[in-house]
Amino acid sequence: MSESVLKPPPHTAPTAFTRAQLDWLPWLEPLAAEAMTPRHMASLVDAARVKSPYFRLLARDPDALEARTRTDKDIFYNPDAGLPRAERELAAAATSRFNGCLYCASVHARHAATYSKREDDVQRLLDAGVGADLGERWNAIVAASVALTATPSAFGPEHVERLRRAGLDDLAISDVIHAAAFFNWANRLMLSLGEPAAPSAT
Amino acid sequence: MSGTDGDVIDALVGITPGSPLDAIRARRPEARAHAQATYRALFAPQTFGNVTAQERFAVGVFVAGLHGAGAVADAYARRLAESGAAATLSEAIGAAVKEATTHGPYGSYPAGPLSREDATGPVYRVSAAARRALGPRLAAALEHTHMLVFHPRDASPGSLQALLNAGWATTDIVTLSQIVAFLSFQIRVAIGLRTLAGRP
Repeated sequence: MSESVLKPPPHTAPTAFTRAQLDWLPWLEPLAAEAMTPRHMASLVDAARVKSPYFRLLARDPDALEARTRTDKDIFYNPDAGLPRAERELAAAATSRFNGCLYCASVHARHAATYSKREDDVQRLLDAGVGADLGERWNAIVAASVALTATPSAFGPEHVERLRRAGLDDLAISDVIHAAAFFNWANRLMLSLGEPAAPSAT
Repeated sequence: MSGTDGDVIDALVGITPGSPLDAIRARRPEARAHAQATYRALFAPQTFGNVTAQERFAVGVFVAGLHGAGAVADAYARRLAESGAAATLSEAIGAAVKEATTHGPYGSYPAGPLSREDATGPVYRVSAAARRALGPRLAAALEHTHMLVFHPRDASPGSLQALLNAGWATTDIVTLSQIVAFLSFQIRVAIGLRTLAGRP
């Protein structure tokens, strides 16, 4: 007999993009924390992630999870020059907004707002979508992320030129490419293995 | 992309030692190493578990084909052939790519203010002829993969139940999902860096 998907508990599904904290409810059974081997635990990279059903589900393929997480951390946290952290997060938020991942967009819009202090612009991206006018430098980053996210890709020399005109060097442009590409990875896992839930209103 | 020793993204972009893109990738050494480690984990793992090499490369060919990424698709097609796949399987994947190609992302949101952004598009179902060549497990995988590539916001528990019913265990689905999602990254990095280097 085949396995069955999980039925999430009663919850409120968010119906708009938000910077608020969301929960995520899995559709497939995560590993039980007490059943995880040292290999499974190491694949989380951060031990605190054992609390997350998302990471305990991905830990079922520990080698893929660990490599995914170490790729993610270097693309977004490596402090050596290139694109400022705020704008790496902007590329992640724009990609998530375009693909339609409310959970990923909430996390990375929050980070983009925190690091840029431009809460209003970030909120405009969430509310109006990837066509919002955020000023030329941010518009160029959003447009490049969106073009690369389309399938098939619509990313071309004109996007590279526009980013250069906006003041990005080649390392920074490579960071835009990697941040947007990475969220094409992350969005597909988040969207397809479970669903977001709004914290219950009290 | 021969074997698993060389860096796949370097090979797809045509990055040579000492070139400007080599220097740029060297500034993010963990991302470079672990993108390659993910490739190895998904396509040359220490243990394949329930997901065979042929299934992994067949999905790889399909994902790259749906992206219109010809060179990437060719590379995975070579690995599919090397894994001992019958010519009929490779032909069935190629035919499925032709039937399934469209433009994404599209899909629906939960009913509410975002409904005005709902965009409809095709839901891919493997034809009866292709199903005979692919078998039920790969046929279900390709239908799921098409959704993940083009309209991931339409994902639902029903998509996963279809995989479970076709013989994919929960852990197998995690691996399949990682394959499709990782390739969505790898292909975009290759396209982006080629464009940055001024290559077509």
